[in-house]
Amino acid sequence: MPSRFVKGVRRIGHRTINSLLRLGVASRFFVLVLLHSGSSFRRPHLIIKELFSTGVLSLIIILVSGLFVGMVLGMQGYDTLQRYGSEEALGVMVALSLVRELGPVVAALLFASRAGSAITAEIGLMKATEQLSAMEMMAVNPIARVVAPRFWAGVLSMPLLAAMFSAMGVFGGYLVGVKLIGVDEGSFWSQMQSAVDFQQDIVNGIIKSFVFGVAVTAIALFEGYDAPPTAEGVSGATTRTVVTSSLAILALDFVLTAFMFRGEG
Amino acid sequence: MERTTIDLWVGLFVLLGLGAILVLALKVGNLGGVNIADSYSVTANFSNIGGLKVRAPVKSAGVVIGRVSEIYFDGERHEAVASLKLDKQYSFSKDTSASIMTSGLLGEQYIALETGGDSAQLKEGDKIKITQSAVVLESLIGQFIYNKAADGGEGK
Amino acid sequence: MTADNLVEFQNVSFSYGKRPILKGISMAVPRGKVVAIMGGSGCGKTTMLRLIGGQIRPSVGAVAVDGQRVHELDADGLYQMRRRMGMLFQFGALFTDMSVFDNVAFQMREHTDLSESVIRDLVLMKLHAVGLRGARDLMPSELSGGMARRVALARAVALDPMLIMYDEPFAGLDPISLGVIGNLIRRLNDALGATSIVVTHDVHESLEIVDYVYFVSDGVIVAQGTPDEMRASDKPFVHQFVHGEEDGPVPFHYPASAYGEDLRLGGKHA
Repeated sequence: MPSRFVKGVRRIGHRTINSLLRLGVASRFFVLVLLHSGSSFRRPHLIIKELFSTGVLSLIIILVSGLFVGMVLGMQGYDTLQRYGSEEALGVMVALSLVRELGPVVAALLFASRAGSAITAEIGLMKATEQLSAMEMMAVNPIARVVAPRFWAGVLSMPLLAAMFSAMGVFGGYLVGVKLIGVDEGSFWSQMQSAVDFQQDIVNGIIKSFVFGVAVTAIALFEGYDAPPTAEGVSGATTRTVVTSSLAILALDFVLTAFMFRGEG
Repeated sequence: MERTTIDLWVGLFVLLGLGAILVLALKVGNLGGVNIADSYSVTANFSNIGGLKVRAPVKSAGVVIGRVSEIYFDGERHEAVASLKLDKQYSFSKDTSASIMTSGLLGEQYIALETGGDSAQLKEGDKIKITQSAVVLESLIGQFIYNKAADGGEGK
Repeated sequence: MTADNLVEFQNVSFSYGKRPILKGISMAVPRGKVVAIMGGSGCGKTTMLRLIGGQIRPSVGAVAVDGQRVHELDADGLYQMRRRMGMLFQFGALFTDMSVFDNVAFQMREHTDLSESVIRDLVLMKLHAVGLRGARDLMPSELSGGMARRVALARAVALDPMLIMYDEPFAGLDPISLGVIGNLIRRLNDALGATSIVVTHDVHESLEIVDYVYFVSDGVIVAQGTPDEMRASDKPFVHQFVHGEEDGPVPFHYPASAYGEDLRLGGKHA
């Protein structure tokens, strides 16, 4: 039936236009946040206060998860490596997988569900209860006063959290590999140190987590700011934050990895 | 919560994060290992570098004493040139030989330096003259088969 | 525009998309007076406040505040203008992550270079005026509805504005709080020498305290006058509204087809 076909095409067109519009609104929002960041750097206390809720409150989950991920890596890695008689390479395996991939990615995923959802819910509720409107009427720009400090706090805390995750993970791998299974401690560390390159691996990992921090925080803030001012609106936005930022993290990770480690040993 | 408490926690958080980066750099990474801040550079020509990479270790008697800082192709002589950054506290004679070795059968490649008998020392910008290229496994196998075939031919 | 009027609506129309909200409203708010804008829910009262604050632009006409057309101001001019306005939102809209004290101090910290000790004195004065000096360390979640409204009121007058706007200040309050807020609106207006606009559908409470009333229905002004004139008015709409009658110009029934027809009385049953 042609009418149904036309309807289908129309629906596709409608969806495309809508998502493009939303993307446009989101980019405009992002630019506004960057433009209005000046005041939050002149008043660092605004950022410090947000660092507490995004960074400090995510500490426990990041440290504990990092430890467990490292311990599992140590166990599984040993199981695989000892088949080829190269269990001394356990340190290399644990450290490289953490520093390059798992640290930035898993820490960012945890950050999205712990801090990202909280940011969206908070901003969404502030909007629903007219707090943002009230701020505007008090001649204070909510993007400069509320959004920008949260953005920079998120961007700053993400690399720190990822580094803590990786360090904790290496420690976990050391606990299981050396203390529990009995891999030689000397070769565990020395092989790790000769294989992990500061520039190539650690700095690239930090760059990754920085990019993830920008993505997650920007998505969380936009979803909150854009949420319909109702209870369902805010809860839907919170879910969207976690889903969208998780997908964004994984997709960005692929792109970044392709750029950073292509053609490297 | 009190402003000072928040400040304290955030301060701790930042310190912990920076500490983690430091641990990663020094304990996990190679930044703490060979510090090539105080170093001198020499170059060595090889007809084939095999799988040698930039930042590969330079060892002498099995101890890491430097890193490969740059690898490029000399278009005139059609050879590979590797420049090595060596730790300043170690000196080598002018007739030192450099060879590309492999750690283990399939491990990563590194450059081994063996000092000679010359009393003059290698200085910044010098060139190591005696070099031995990487052993390429394929050509080794090829040579082996060729020799076998030649032996077989003689036996008849 | 006469200098006696602080706020003036000059033939203002506004629509959300294709839906008209205001249709050619002209009204004036004289300086120093408390003026009420009354009407049923959803008749565009809050929209009028947002027009005054410059959060939205009129489709036709202009809103002038203190002689300046609000929608012609640039961003800086608008922010300068808003600093001289205070607004009480429907449910207070207190900042939930700050204490009562910080809420009232918010604008002083954002817009002035006053020292913390001066700010402290000013905030305590404002809180004292609404009777909540003792509640300064509470968080908004610990306040009752009436207290939250009073804190919001203290916040709205923090910078001694020339114009105070109230969006449904009486909604959802118990009778005691109702009287308290009503008296505060009047007292603060006279003490600060400000001008107040009260948007409300609470007839009895507001007729006690205001100087002048505009009735808005379906996007147009249907009646205006002093409270006494309104009480005595025999205009059907005003009469219905003031006396809270169920049916009148504002019908009880949402437009529908004839009742009997809808129930299929006398028709053929399928």
